[in-house]
Amino acid sequence: MSDFLNIILKADDTAAAVPNCTPVTFLVTSKKLTEVAHELHVNPQTYFDQLSCVTGIDNGPDTSTMEVIYHLYSIPFNLSLALKVILSRKDPVVPTLSSVWKSADWLERETFDMYGIIFERHPDLRRILMPADWEGFPLRKDYKEQERYRDVQVKY
Amino acid sequence: MSATPANNDQSKVSIPVTQEDPSTFAYKESFGNSGLIITNIDNLFNWSRLSSLFPMTFGIACCAIEFMSTGTAPYDMDRLGMVPRATPRQSDVMIVAGTVTFKMADRIRRLYEQMAEPRYVISMGSCANCGGPYWQHGYHVVKGVDRIIPVDIYVPGCPPRPEALIGGILKLHEKISGESLMKHE
Repeated sequence: MSDFLNIILKADDTAAAVPNCTPVTFLVTSKKLTEVAHELHVNPQTYFDQLSCVTGIDNGPDTSTMEVIYHLYSIPFNLSLALKVILSRKDPVVPTLSSVWKSADWLERETFDMYGIIFERHPDLRRILMPADWEGFPLRKDYKEQERYRDVQVKY
Repeated sequence: MSATPANNDQSKVSIPVTQEDPSTFAYKESFGNSGLIITNIDNLFNWSRLSSLFPMTFGIACCAIEFMSTGTAPYDMDRLGMVPRATPRQSDVMIVAGTVTFKMADRIRRLYEQMAEPRYVISMGSCANCGGPYWQHGYHVVKGVDRIIPVDIYVPGCPPRPEALIGGILKLHEKISGESLMKHE
């Protein structure tokens, strides 16, 4: 765990471990996220070559924060790791990791579709599950579905 | 014509062949066996239509698995004259087997409009009937396929067993057998 932290600290000196998490999780700032991801990807000690999952969390209007969690896996070393970024709910912007891992493309599109988190410099940030002209982001805590979609009532 | 065996066997007899015109013979035979049907056009057309309902090869969710089972040997949809067609142009009935999402609704309506009339719709399973388990929190689910296309038969179940789908098909047969070419209802 301290090895991971040392590697991450090379790219982001404000990074910190999040206690009691499985897999081990580190909190990084969104500014340094790309650097941290790139370092974990290329470092010969870790070689995290797979981005398994991108998760969004909406902590609700009261806390007014959102989180993005990246689950990494290293196939050659059988290592698991998670990175966590905390964003403001008013302006949830985080740099894309699609330049580091190709799989980030669709995973980030899904997170954008459900939470409205903007992934900066994403090559193709469109909705992936919901129709393109859908209103709102369904997994936000304060989400209210629209009354009608293309003249069809949405509620039962 | 006579059989002339080389060894001159007396046990073999020659068989006489009818010299009558074969077409007259066939007509007499069938008429004699009551092979003549008198009916009206409606009954004949309805019977022929309901005996070869071609469903569209089309499934959206888990109900489609039961729909596929209906086509297998134990249930044998083919005995009802039903052969899935891969295009709406050749299909008579659309079996909406599964959850209809808003994203899919456009495609379903388009497929329905591409079918030639007379066309029928069987709504299979709770999701297509009324939204099913998604009726309360499923923001993405159309609460019943009848909100986008007209439905003839509703088959309840989650999912319905193949027997239930066959029951729905037989109900559709009843509906078609009561239709008429002359008056539109």
